[in-house]
Amino acid sequence: MTADQIVDPDFSAMADLVPDETELTAPFRAGLRAGEMRLQHCAACSEHQHPPESFCYACGSTDLEWQTVPGHGEVYSFVVVHQPYHVAFRDRLPYVVATVQLDEGPRMLGPIFDLEPSAVSIGMRVEPRFEAVSDEASVLLFEPEAS
Amino acid sequence: MKGIDGRYCIVGVGQTPYGKVPGMSQLAHNVLAIRNAIEDAGLEKDDIDGVLTKAPTSTFPMLWAPKVAEALRITPRVTGTLDQAGASNIGLIQYAISALALGQASYIAISYGDNPRSGTRTTYARPRGDDAAAGLFGAPSSYAMIARRHMHEYGTTHDQLANVAIAHRHHASMNPNAVFQDPITREDYEHSRFVAEPFRLLDCCPVSDGGAAYIVTTEERAKDLAKDPVYIEGIGQGHPAWDFFRRGDLATSGAAVSGEAAFRNAGLGPKDIDFCEIYDCFTIVPLVTLEEYGFCEKGEGGAFYEDQRTHVGGELPVNTSGGLLSETGMPGTQLVVEAVRQIRGEGGPRQVKDAEVGLVSQQGGIMTTHSTMIVSKG
Repeated sequence: MTADQIVDPDFSAMADLVPDETELTAPFRAGLRAGEMRLQHCAACSEHQHPPESFCYACGSTDLEWQTVPGHGEVYSFVVVHQPYHVAFRDRLPYVVATVQLDEGPRMLGPIFDLEPSAVSIGMRVEPRFEAVSDEASVLLFEPEAS
Repeated sequence: MKGIDGRYCIVGVGQTPYGKVPGMSQLAHNVLAIRNAIEDAGLEKDDIDGVLTKAPTSTFPMLWAPKVAEALRITPRVTGTLDQAGASNIGLIQYAISALALGQASYIAISYGDNPRSGTRTTYARPRGDDAAAGLFGAPSSYAMIARRHMHEYGTTHDQLANVAIAHRHHASMNPNAVFQDPITREDYEHSRFVAEPFRLLDCCPVSDGGAAYIVTTEERAKDLAKDPVYIEGIGQGHPAWDFFRRGDLATSGAAVSGEAAFRNAGLGPKDIDFCEIYDCFTIVPLVTLEEYGFCEKGEGGAFYEDQRTHVGGELPVNTSGGLLSETGMPGTQLVVEAVRQIRGEGGPRQVKDAEVGLVSQQGGIMTTHSTMIVSKG
């Protein structure tokens, strides 16, 4: 946690949704808290991967290192959620969840808030956004790439 | 061990009430569906020496098939539960055939039963992906991601998705077992609320209680039973397997691989099929499935559903009972039951004329698994 991390009350309700941190996910989660996208990189075959594992999904090597990457990408598909599945999202309905194809290779899911759903389209360039939901955790969102 | 010889048949089918059925446990739906299937076949309970199940989706208990056997008061020679979600309903038939071919059992009961509508349905709204904070919950949102991609790549329209909902409801209106029997119009579809765009409520199957079962045996044993046997001509599987959002092409499924294997196994092709029962948890799925089976070109599934082509009386009737969308939102066992009834000529007002060869498509997860079965009059 950074000293100046402030939890926006709009995001605190998401804290319950964040899974317990594990040895494998700790570097990724520390990255979110620091406002950075960190991905595992395989020294043997140069693939980036997510979610974290103790081996490379592509080649099986265990020679993995963590890299801080831009994490920009494009919207591969998206949905506009209207159903109130969870209280943390109730006041944001309807909201967009996108499947994002990162430039580094992995695909990730993340919400796109503060944008009209009609302004989202497949192929749209996006970049990561990080929001603190508690003193211990931040979450990953996406937003339109700054031009 | 030699290859599989001989032919294998479905000789009995059974079900319990579909929809909201308070007072019936998961076990009751399995046991009573099996008992109904045994009666339909003209067998006695103690003839059954194999019990295979797909575990109830809502709780996923361990050692479920032995539990069902205990509640039937039998001690079978073969049991098992297969974890392919919806595709298990055919995968289990493949397992039954192998047990019959190896001489391990004579009459095998396969069942699925669950009570998520009256019991717990939390599994149906669980988070998808690696992290619930991504905001994606429930199956509709994930399948909607597939639908959006299919619309983007092939120009599939809301109107074409509506055709699926309307056609399957039309068939359910002729099915006294169906949860939803009132026909729907395009206006009803357009006025149904959004769940996860591009899906409206009428793009989604309901969450239903219910059970269904079938009995599988050898051709030789099938000949002297109560009803004409339904022959299993071919079975195939194909598993894209990866979590949906990581899959190379979201607008595809395992149907291409699974269908090719089943057609090859049966020595048949799409032109030989008189009707289809396709896993239709959401409207997009039958479109993708029909394309991949080769009933039309890839991307043309939406156009295929136009002009009532898939209605009973049309070129290729699809989901003659109403499917998951309108008969019952159970994960697929009921589609095998309907295919058997169609081949037997028990469809009543929804009976397909000259139904000699039928195809059943099953899939599970978020198009994660897939199985195909072709059945015939023999």
